[in-house]
Amino acid sequence: MSEMSGAAALMAALEKEKVEYIFGLPGGANLPIYDALVDSKIRHILVRHEQSAAHMADGYARIKRKAGVCFATSGPGATNLVTGIATAYADSSPIIAVTGQVALPMIGKDAFQETDIIGVTNPCTKYAFQPRVASEIPEMVKKSFYIAESGRPGPVLLDIPKDVQQQVTKMDFPEYIKVRGYNPIVDADLSEINKACEMILKAEKPMIMAGGGVILSGAFSELQTLAELLSIPVVTTFKGKGAFPENHPLALGPIGMHGHAEANKMVQEADCILAIGARFSDRTVGRFDEFGKDINVIHFDVDPAEIGKNKSVNAAVIGDVKSSLRSLIKLIPKNFRTNEEMSKLWLGRKRELVNYYEDSIKDYSREITAKKALKKLREILPADGIVTTEVGQCQMWASLHFDVISPGTFFSSTGLGTMGFGFPASIGAKAARIDVPVVDIAGDGSFSMTENSLAVSVLEELPVIVFLLNNQMLGMVAQWQRTFYNRRYSGVHQKNCPDYCKLAESYGAQAHRVSSMDELDKALKVAVKSDIATVIDIPIDPDEDVYPFVAPGTGLKDMIIGA
Amino acid sequence: MQKNKNTIFDEDNENKMYILSVIVENKPGVLFRITNLFRSRNFNIESITVGITEKPDLSRMTITTVSDVKTLEQLVKQLQKLIDVIQINVLNKENAVYRELALIKMNAKDPTTRIEIANFATIYRGNIMDISNETITVEIIGTPDKIDAFKNLVSSYGIIQVARTGVSALPRGAVNDDL
Repeated sequence: MSEMSGAAALMAALEKEKVEYIFGLPGGANLPIYDALVDSKIRHILVRHEQSAAHMADGYARIKRKAGVCFATSGPGATNLVTGIATAYADSSPIIAVTGQVALPMIGKDAFQETDIIGVTNPCTKYAFQPRVASEIPEMVKKSFYIAESGRPGPVLLDIPKDVQQQVTKMDFPEYIKVRGYNPIVDADLSEINKACEMILKAEKPMIMAGGGVILSGAFSELQTLAELLSIPVVTTFKGKGAFPENHPLALGPIGMHGHAEANKMVQEADCILAIGARFSDRTVGRFDEFGKDINVIHFDVDPAEIGKNKSVNAAVIGDVKSSLRSLIKLIPKNFRTNEEMSKLWLGRKRELVNYYEDSIKDYSREITAKKALKKLREILPADGIVTTEVGQCQMWASLHFDVISPGTFFSSTGLGTMGFGFPASIGAKAARIDVPVVDIAGDGSFSMTENSLAVSVLEELPVIVFLLNNQMLGMVAQWQRTFYNRRYSGVHQKNCPDYCKLAESYGAQAHRVSSMDELDKALKVAVKSDIATVIDIPIDPDEDVYPFVAPGTGLKDMIIGA
Repeated sequence: MQKNKNTIFDEDNENKMYILSVIVENKPGVLFRITNLFRSRNFNIESITVGITEKPDLSRMTITTVSDVKTLEQLVKQLQKLIDVIQINVLNKENAVYRELALIKMNAKDPTTRIEIANFATIYRGNIMDISNETITVEIIGTPDKIDAFKNLVSSYGIIQVARTGVSALPRGAVNDDL
């Protein structure tokens, strides 16, 4: 046991967890931590706003599949993290947020920069710790990582009063910890797997719905094995996009409010749906009562509370979906053959739907459209390139027109829908995978919110590509105002301010404004090889809508495929 | 199609009173996390009591709620997810002993009124805790129904103040906890 300060113990404990990066910003209440950081091997990435620090940690976590760490000071520093923490919570992403807090004797005195951040973040953290003595820090750090990364992952807050950071005491770094009220590892109930297996084997028109849980669990090969073994078409939720290669003959892409038309249609024709690591969100299934009505719905999930929350199901397998899928695959008899005739019909139906909607959904007849631009991005970007998105039309176009080929290379703020998420998150993803190009499919509205992360991307040499579909609008809001409010536009015009190329250049980033598909092709080819952050400003028509569209409160059957 | 068997309770959509006996870590912030969960997930709390258990590092919370089984099931699962929650027992009128204490202060300026109330209190096995020229305060212990019945009985005298503890409960019979 050695004597050290609470701040030094924090850094030592983070090093023991093999933390590579800390995304953060210092202030009065975390000065001792920043002083200890000077002697640490961990690389600090200085952000320009704490929200971005949380998104970077989140982006890092989603690609590394390991908790990302962010630092902020007390009060406003901590509250600036909240949107990022809530984003990670909604998407079950493990981040550790370490905030400074005013000294213990000042807590409750409305001290300068004091906020009850544990209270503020309670509904959007998996757990929160506040050490009262420095010697608690090593164990709390270890527990934070354990809680954040295990079971259904999520954010954990560690709020450390300044005097606790400064207190010098003997430290014990435990190798093993136990959290008595937390038992995330459950062995799936074999009888439920059996039941699920029977339902799938006897189904004539089975369908897999893969959710974010498949990505979190890394169950890509298990999912593919199951689908191929039984020739089951695969749709995903939006969070599950890229859980299954989207160029695979069995892939139908995401379902939901802006899902692929053929996916939305075919999921309604299935006679058995196997939902894997999905939570039946309103954006995915439309109406809970209509989705999967009168058919067998099977639910695999790591979180028992998701079973029956939105949708009552006929079989429920609780546990890590990767091991549950392995058990399921083992149960499929070696000599089992799918009913060739039925399977042929069912897969034929898939091709029929794909062709039908390919013909009936028309793209806009302009030189550059979102669809054409995204197809071009897919053409140029290597299969293992990582793609994230902002929120709004750009995100839904990405869902519709950008095919993820290599599983686990796509993520987005799907649950909370946080504008401004994509750009900082892409920087975090780049930190996790420095060897591949990383692209943020952005809109001008969202990008404006965290554009100051350009400084981080440039100075920290974490180059990413901002693929800016610029319609000078808060486009999704404008689309809803066009559709539901009789084109009465209210508060949606961004009016091409700022000039994104000049903005990027002022940060030392590269910028390209393209006005033709040729120019886009050239700009992308330069950007994927560049070691400097790049903004590609792609002007598109402000009237371009996202279709198909399932209006809120309606079911997938009410899908609108065009204006 | 098979009937849904993935509920821990019988299918029944009627609203009923349930008593949740919840063993939690005895440390600051736990009560806040639990009540915040009820608020943020739109669950309803009729009463909540907290006290230390036979083990000093554990507290027992007794929560009464009126809900249908589907909501109850979701409530139990969400509670179970809280890291400070160690164990949950769902109790009902049949499988548990449960009691509440109420203090009821009434107008009693007239001596005959005081005698009448004292008689009622005796019938309800209550105790007179305080008596003055103008008021009388009675302690009643029992099920919430019994307390409600007493309140109705004496309401005509004019109830001035009521303090109720909320329900405390323990399962009947042998204990098979491994806490």
